Amino acid sequence: MKTTVITTFLSETGKISRFAGRFFVEVFRPRYEVKEFLRQCFYIGNKSLPLVAITAFIMGLVITIQSRPTLAEFGAESWLPKMVAVSLVREIAPVISALICAGKIGSGIGAELGSMKVTEQIDAMDVSGANPFKFLVVTRVLATTLMIPVLAILANAVSLYGGYLGANIHGVVSWQLYWNQVFDTLAYGDIGPSIIKTFFFGFAIGIIGCYKGYFSNKGTEGVGRSANSAVVISSLLVFIIDLIAVQISDLLKLT
Amino acid sequence: MLAEIDTEKQKIIPNTDTSVIQIKNVFKSFGENNVLKDFSFDLRKGENAVVLGKSGSGKSVLIKCIIGLMKPDSGTINVLGENIPELDVAKLDKIRMKVGFLFQSNALYDSMTVRENLEFPLKRHGLKLTKEEIDRLVMEALTNVGLAETVDMMPAELSGGMRKRIALARTLILKPEIILYDEPTTGLDPITGKEIGNLMLEIQKKYNTSSIIISHDIYCVKLVANRIIMLIEGKCYAIGTYEELENSTDKKIKQFFE
Repeated sequence: MKTTVITTFLSETGKISRFAGRFFVEVFRPRYEVKEFLRQCFYIGNKSLPLVAITAFIMGLVITIQSRPTLAEFGAESWLPKMVAVSLVREIAPVISALICAGKIGSGIGAELGSMKVTEQIDAMDVSGANPFKFLVVTRVLATTLMIPVLAILANAVSLYGGYLGANIHGVVSWQLYWNQVFDTLAYGDIGPSIIKTFFFGFAIGIIGCYKGYFSNKGTEGVGRSANSAVVISSLLVFIIDLIAVQISDLLKLT
Repeated sequence: MLAEIDTEKQKIIPNTDTSVIQIKNVFKSFGENNVLKDFSFDLRKGENAVVLGKSGSGKSVLIKCIIGLMKPDSGTINVLGENIPELDVAKLDKIRMKVGFLFQSNALYDSMTVRENLEFPLKRHGLKLTKEEIDRLVMEALTNVGLAETVDMMPAELSGGMRKRIALARTLILKPEIILYDEPTTGLDPITGKEIGNLMLEIQKKYNTSSIIISHDIYCVKLVANRIIMLIEGKCYAIGTYEELENSTDKKIKQFFE
């Protein structure tokens, strides 16, 4: 059969789905690699925290500064905390943290598993009686699925703090007033869906990174390509999931 | 001088009555490329058999089929009485406890210390061992390869020869009956290569292991081989001792010994 862009896309989608399916089968079977899972959580969560926090802080600050002139035109400057709180918590903080993680964690997993594959370490695990899928893939995907929501929640908090500083550059908003306005505006319908979608972001980042690394081609070039395509595909998936999530929350009238 | 090693002095005579691996009529191809074509061979207990062949002639494929990392298209591979291609994962793991595999690239886990590397097969094979027993086995395996002091180092801190020894220690830790060596001296200098060769002979003596060794290194072959299998055109072209094959008049065999 002639391979076109469409057939390659479809076959790749099929393979990734089967890979994800295997994850759900293996995740419930013992032996549970708890130590490796915790180690991955530490790496993924702790090591990405500074980067996510700095980005979220800057986004909060910038969004607030840039929103002010538009609101000022309508004389609605006092709505500033309300407006930035909704846009930061619903969209910007979770998506930005997911994108940062797709770049940092997705490429890291893709390159690590890719080089393990190339240097026969995955085969060595197989021979050593370990299930490499369980040891490498299940632990990493679980860790990203659980850690990215945690990072996103922290990013929410830090970006709102950035927003507070931004609101105080040209005006005066007291600490108390700012947080009162923020929490008055935010409802469960804002926070719930935005946290839930980050679990899916985390899962997508983990599964794509692992898939690309696990089936890396031989040679150093293959490792580079795995890392690269892991970032590209998982970033794209973050946006697609975001799109689906907004449609669902819209249908359920959570907006 | 490597060429002057008195190999006979160090070699032990294998038990020729029992065979531990029986390979019968194995075929394996990748697309159009037929790598193994009707390959058959018996590995006797206690012998070191070297597989000699050109690059890409299917030597690595052969030993990967023996350990179950690849499946042959047809044929049987009997290892310690079990036909490998037919085994499920649990049974395969049981056989793999008795068969060690030394990878060409060593395949040490980069993210783990030497100790963790050696503990890995012990813990994963579901052996009920206490912490003290694991520590003792790790130190014993490291002492066997003369690198006890590296126990808490990372693989990246070690030299090529040391890494090969650590990989050998990790293979030895389960006290396998059979060891498969995938190009054990490739990428090492001749002196280190000779040390690894001597280590392989020591292991054969000490644990009475049977081995299949893939090698291009003719000095290493001369040092360790009880028998040599010439893998040419996917078949077992000839079998014999080093001296027999060295004196062969067959052109295809001769070119390996020139």
